[in-house]
Amino acid sequence: MVGSNNNPDAKAFRITPPRWLLAELTYACPLQCPYCSNPVDYAKYPSELSTDDWKRVLTEARKMGAVQLGFSGGEPLTRKDLVELVKHARELGYYSNLITSGYGLTEEKIIQLKEAGLDHIQVSIQASTQELNDHIAGTTSFHHKKEVAHLVKKHGYPMVLCVVIHRENIHQMPQILAMAEELGADYLELANTQYYGWAHTNRDLLLPTKAQFEQAEQIAQAFKEKVAGKMKIYYVVPDYYEDRPKACMNGWGTTFLTIAPDGVALPCHSARDLPGLDCPNVNDYGIQEIWRDSKAFNFFRGFEWMKEPCRSCDEKEKDFGGCRCQAYLLTGDMYMADPVCSKSPEHAVIQQAIDSAGANASLATNEKPLVFRNSKNSKAMSLVDGKGV
Amino acid sequence: MQPIKFSPTHRLQWEEAQQKYVILYPEGMVELNQSSAEILLCCDGNRNLAQIVNELEQKFATTGLTNDITAFLEVALQNGWIQQ
Ligand code: SF4
Ligand code: SF4
Repeated sequence: MVGSNNNPDAKAFRITPPRWLLAELTYACPLQCPYCSNPVDYAKYPSELSTDDWKRVLTEARKMGAVQLGFSGGEPLTRKDLVELVKHARELGYYSNLITSGYGLTEEKIIQLKEAGLDHIQVSIQASTQELNDHIAGTTSFHHKKEVAHLVKKHGYPMVLCVVIHRENIHQMPQILAMAEELGADYLELANTQYYGWAHTNRDLLLPTKAQFEQAEQIAQAFKEKVAGKMKIYYVVPDYYEDRPKACMNGWGTTFLTIAPDGVALPCHSARDLPGLDCPNVNDYGIQEIWRDSKAFNFFRGFEWMKEPCRSCDEKEKDFGGCRCQAYLLTGDMYMADPVCSKSPEHAVIQQAIDSAGANASLATNEKPLVFRNSKNSKAMSLVDGKGV
Repeated sequence: MQPIKFSPTHRLQWEEAQQKYVILYPEGMVELNQSSAEILLCCDGNRNLAQIVNELEQKFATTGLTNDITAFLEVALQNGWIQQ
């Protein structure tokens, strides 16, 4: 792994090939989740790669060694060529995953995708009750999602259920777990909201209190032990309540390759917001050139870019200084230690965010409404320069 | 003894780029060394433990593999890679 080689010259690192490819097929989505990780100004990028472009991207990345493939979006089911792309991916030997809201997924489509060689389907559900699910999704979708979960299971896919956790649904943790059990989930992803994109815009309304988080974590932990061997739980921690940052992307440009709907290649799905990276487009360059030689993918490879306290920190090979996008979003400096880290001189911004969310906890929803993810709001936010908040 | 079968919800596959077999499943990948891969390739739903041991001992012209293979298959069962 790149991170284990402490060489000051980024170019001298042995560049590892990508293993995971995230194909964001489209920004179109019938849902409007206020925590969506798509860029808030996605309306600025309406163009989409053609079927042939995607096939070429899949072929080239596979040749380099990518093997895990996620079809995501937006809602990937809105692409008419999804079955064709799945088939192509299977022929290349990818292990492919459809990351979907389930909206628009029929039994016929599930069968077609299976025949085309799709390996698994990850269905997201917003809450354990119809009222809250439909409110958060901004769309009536609860019953259909449950139906889809049953069909996924019925047709022999491993069933992966994903629930994004935040202040509006965290109190439902016991019911969410019961729902996962009832639906026969093989994998349950409990993803505490990560505050980028729309979630950052809505952070005051989404960030739970520490007490809420700790209680929910305890419940999830007990459940994990109870279902061990039957259901696998992936628990994504809310890093605002940690004192060390996550090892973002397993190290920049080491493992993950994201391709945005318009063909821009990203070292992480928020990287398009970082200044001066000049993220390359697959319309202009081959995947190998992008991965090995582009400025963007080499920008934070290795350790040479680091400032203090990361530069001389003995934990830098563990967390790579945390997330670059979070450093930029919260401190305005993308070379800074991730402010989640208690060693960061900017760590106080995290407590400020927690306090601000706490102060907003008692507000009625009409006093400070959630900003839903839709093109009207995105167009409005595209007009605001910079970070779009 | 029951025949052992590789899990239908996992995939065992040779990776040219890595020059090794891997197990693929939702959100994960396990890289296998050669002996683990040899054992799992025998889990085709037709052979039981004794037959797998027998086959591999013959293939590698050796004896006394029972304990190692049994231990590995227990791990594989716990991880859901195989079914009995
Ligand atoms: S998070 Fe919600 S709004 Fe965003 S792409 Fe997924 S389903 Fe659509
Ligand atoms: S100072 Fe930097 S490298 Fe050290 S633990 Fe904090 S974020 Fe990681």
